[in-house]
Amino acid sequence: MDYGFTTAAYVVAAVLFILSLGGLSGQESAKRAVWYGIVGMALAVLATLIGPGSGLWLLTILLIAGGGVIGYMVATKVQMTEMPQLVAAMHSLVGLAAVFVGYNAHFTIRLVAGGDHAGEELGYFASIVAHKSSVELKILAVELFLGVFIGAITFTGSVVAFGKLAGKVTSAATKLPGGHMLNAGAAALSVICLIWYMNTGGFFPLFLMTLAALFIGYHLIMGIGGADMPVVVSMLNSYSGWAAAAIGFSLGNDLLIVVGALVGSSGAILSYIMCKAMNRHFVSVILGGFGGGGGEQMAVEGEQVAIEADGVATALNEADSVVIVPGYGMAVAQAQGAVSELTRKLRAAGKEVRFAIHPVAGRLPGHMNVLLAEAKVPYDIVLEMDEINDDFPDTDVVIVIGSNDIVNPAAQDDPNSPIAGMPVLEVWKAKQVFVSKRGQGTGYSGIENPLFFKDNTRMFYGDAKDSVNKLLPMID
Amino acid sequence: MAMTPDSALQLQKLGHECLIETGAGAKAGFSDADYEAAGVTVVKTAAALWKEAEIVAKVRVPTDTEAKRLAEGQTLISFFNPAENDKMMAGVAKKGATVVAMEMVPRISRAQKMDALSSMANIAGYRAVIEAGNNFGRFFTGQVTAAGKVPPAKVLVVGAGVAGLAAIGTSTSLGAITYAFDVRPEVAEQIESMGAEFVYLEFDEEQTDGAATGGYAAPSSPEFREAQLAKFRELAPEVDIVICTALIPGRAAPVLWTKDMVEMMKPGSVIVDLAAERGGNCELTKADEKVVSDNGVTIIGYTDFPSRMATQSSTLYATNIRHMMTDLTPDKDGVVNHNMEDDVIRGATVTHAGEVTFPPPPPKVQAIAAVKKEKPKELTPEEKKAKEAADFKAQTKQQVTLIGVGAVLLLAVGLVAPASFMQHFIVFVLSVFVGFQVIWNVSHSLHTPLMAVTNAISSIIIVGALLQMGSSSFLVVLLAALSVFMAGINIFGGFLVTRRMLAMFQKS
Repeated sequence: MDYGFTTAAYVVAAVLFILSLGGLSGQESAKRAVWYGIVGMALAVLATLIGPGSGLWLLTILLIAGGGVIGYMVATKVQMTEMPQLVAAMHSLVGLAAVFVGYNAHFTIRLVAGGDHAGEELGYFASIVAHKSSVELKILAVELFLGVFIGAITFTGSVVAFGKLAGKVTSAATKLPGGHMLNAGAAALSVICLIWYMNTGGFFPLFLMTLAALFIGYHLIMGIGGADMPVVVSMLNSYSGWAAAAIGFSLGNDLLIVVGALVGSSGAILSYIMCKAMNRHFVSVILGGFGGGGGEQMAVEGEQVAIEADGVATALNEADSVVIVPGYGMAVAQAQGAVSELTRKLRAAGKEVRFAIHPVAGRLPGHMNVLLAEAKVPYDIVLEMDEINDDFPDTDVVIVIGSNDIVNPAAQDDPNSPIAGMPVLEVWKAKQVFVSKRGQGTGYSGIENPLFFKDNTRMFYGDAKDSVNKLLPMID
Repeated sequence: MAMTPDSALQLQKLGHECLIETGAGAKAGFSDADYEAAGVTVVKTAAALWKEAEIVAKVRVPTDTEAKRLAEGQTLISFFNPAENDKMMAGVAKKGATVVAMEMVPRISRAQKMDALSSMANIAGYRAVIEAGNNFGRFFTGQVTAAGKVPPAKVLVVGAGVAGLAAIGTSTSLGAITYAFDVRPEVAEQIESMGAEFVYLEFDEEQTDGAATGGYAAPSSPEFREAQLAKFRELAPEVDIVICTALIPGRAAPVLWTKDMVEMMKPGSVIVDLAAERGGNCELTKADEKVVSDNGVTIIGYTDFPSRMATQSSTLYATNIRHMMTDLTPDKDGVVNHNMEDDVIRGATVTHAGEVTFPPPPPKVQAIAAVKKEKPKELTPEEKKAKEAADFKAQTKQQVTLIGVGAVLLLAVGLVAPASFMQHFIVFVLSVFVGFQVIWNVSHSLHTPLMAVTNAISSIIIVGALLQMGSSSFLVVLLAALSVFMAGINIFGGFLVTRRMLAMFQKS
């Protein structure tokens, strides 16, 4: 097959990828959209295999099949609560692959420049390199360097994010002494390496930069706490795309550029949406920790009143409309099944039950939606913050399960609160609020939540799953 | 009837013994035998019953003889009309008897199950439409028959309280075109939910919020009344049936349907006035009577609608009484605990422990959440236009600046970079642009699948690795092979997990 066919296949694949992302605008069209993506990917791989440049077919197919088996096993076994970890882990693979491909490009350039081999012998890419002018080679060096840099950051960043999400690394924000100066230093080192590399073309500056980038990825993500993970994961998603795009530039492959740019912009938009939902700047999230708000925080008055399961059940039996606000605590306690059962029972009793989802609830954008969908909660009663916030005054009972900061009234009432101005779910406007919580601790941000002290709030202490299960037999 | 065989069974579960006067349930369709089967002792005379029972439940306001029969420690549960019954109330209080007036049950969610006024109003509203239909010579619903076309009846319901809403529901389900009016603008939603059209009144005055008065209407200003009457005059020639249910607590019924309006109506039209007992909403209403005006409009002023549906009202009222008893005997041991701290019991009790306890303090729980007053200021059309124009200008400015800066940057790159790079660069910029356009439309709830899909797609890096597999350098092939392997995991894992997630999203 000649080059023209491969290009044509790439165009089709690119269109399919765009359709695949566009189809995610609705639940039903999304089911079709995945197939577009799968077909696009199959087409791209096939076209590359029969196009110029590839070789060792048997090995390639074996490798893909091997990877496929592992991918299949992981995808079918993973629990929906472990979704954030899985996504982070998969990002790290893309990052590492980008580093390797970048290295390969470097080796090929060196070999061509060494002149020991004729271009054709080294494969298709080498033959392209052999025809490049010196300016083009300089640009190529920059592209390759960037690809490796972003890829390396993505790799360690994702590994750390995976560790934090899986609970293998402490989720608190920790920094080495020196803080951001270390990151800045590593970044400066990378710039020096770039200039060095452009002038000499040697492997050492490239390798040194890789180490620096790996360190930046590690240290940057270590410094970001658990609740900011939605931003981090979508940022890493974005990086993996940009890395692919940069590699696409150095290899002169348009499909890589197109897809890399799509993924990169997708991740960037997601990060932006998440930051907006927390009313924080992207930079301040990435640099980690909360900015110091000026002035004293308002003191919280009153006391937290506890309640037992039978009290909650009575209120639920009497209520006409119920809103459930799930958070990360529900995912930790694996309570989504019990919550779904509760929803089913309440709905069977003719009550209006809805879910209110804050954009940053959980550890991954859309995390709660996926968990509830897994537990067979119909998606048309799962509403976004903007859709439901006005309905709270007409709601009889709100059950907050494992969320804290996203229902904190201080964000509106207290201008000195660290989360002031963050859009929150206005649950305290409902007639009654029950908060299912493990104990009296504060949320991720370490802020007292005045909601827990309000007159219409009752604290329902205990593990979320056990608590909801205790409720179930009392609902009639 | 304050007790049915069904409610008697429930009362016995609370530990009470039940007695009934012989023949009391006959008119409501319950025989003495039914009661006996339910374990109720049938007592020969009312007098004997008053003597024997500790708690007497009945429907109507007690007569003077009955009031005299009340002894110390005895409890009477019935309608009592305490606002206009001072003398009897004082007398009963002196004797030390307790009176629970069913009309005083506060209108809070918890007390709805014992709100007898609502039960009775519901029946009255239903019956009003049925009475109207009985006196109306046409169909309610519009029909096209072989014998010609029949227009649907037009029904206007004035006052959308419980009775009004019940009337609306009955009338719409019979197929009539139903309009409804109420002075409380917040009930518009309820009216529309029952299938009627809310008659809007263009009026600027700050209208009282029903929440301030426990969900009841408050008297309106003379100007408002005028505007209201003008609206009704407009409607009068059109409507076939008018159902008036407007009442203001503790006052005579407001006159809303004047004589001239009746004269404007078509002959054969029907007016049912549920407010007849308090003087009527219609000027021509005569309480307890059906009259026909000079122009052939039937005006029904019955005051006994619930009694006209004795079985239904008995079952509902008996249930109300039973719920009241449940609250009075919280321990289900047959011992009455008259808890004056309880909002509902305190509200309904008018005499207790030798004292008159009417009127009650306002309930601690608000009946209806107050509507927020500070609505954002409405912009005038000009202001809106100006604002839109300014927004548009700012947006255009922003976009043009962005495009301008982008173009300059692109040109700058183009000046130094070779053509081969620019080709790829254009592809890159366009893809970023397409990406931004597409991703904004992704639904919030699908963000996790989006991440999984982009993840799978980003393993397109496999193409780069595949291109290097053909190299003759061992190191290159090794690294490429590793990349192919990792990307393979990603492709399959990413797409499969996305499919798994999307399959879970189900509609109810």
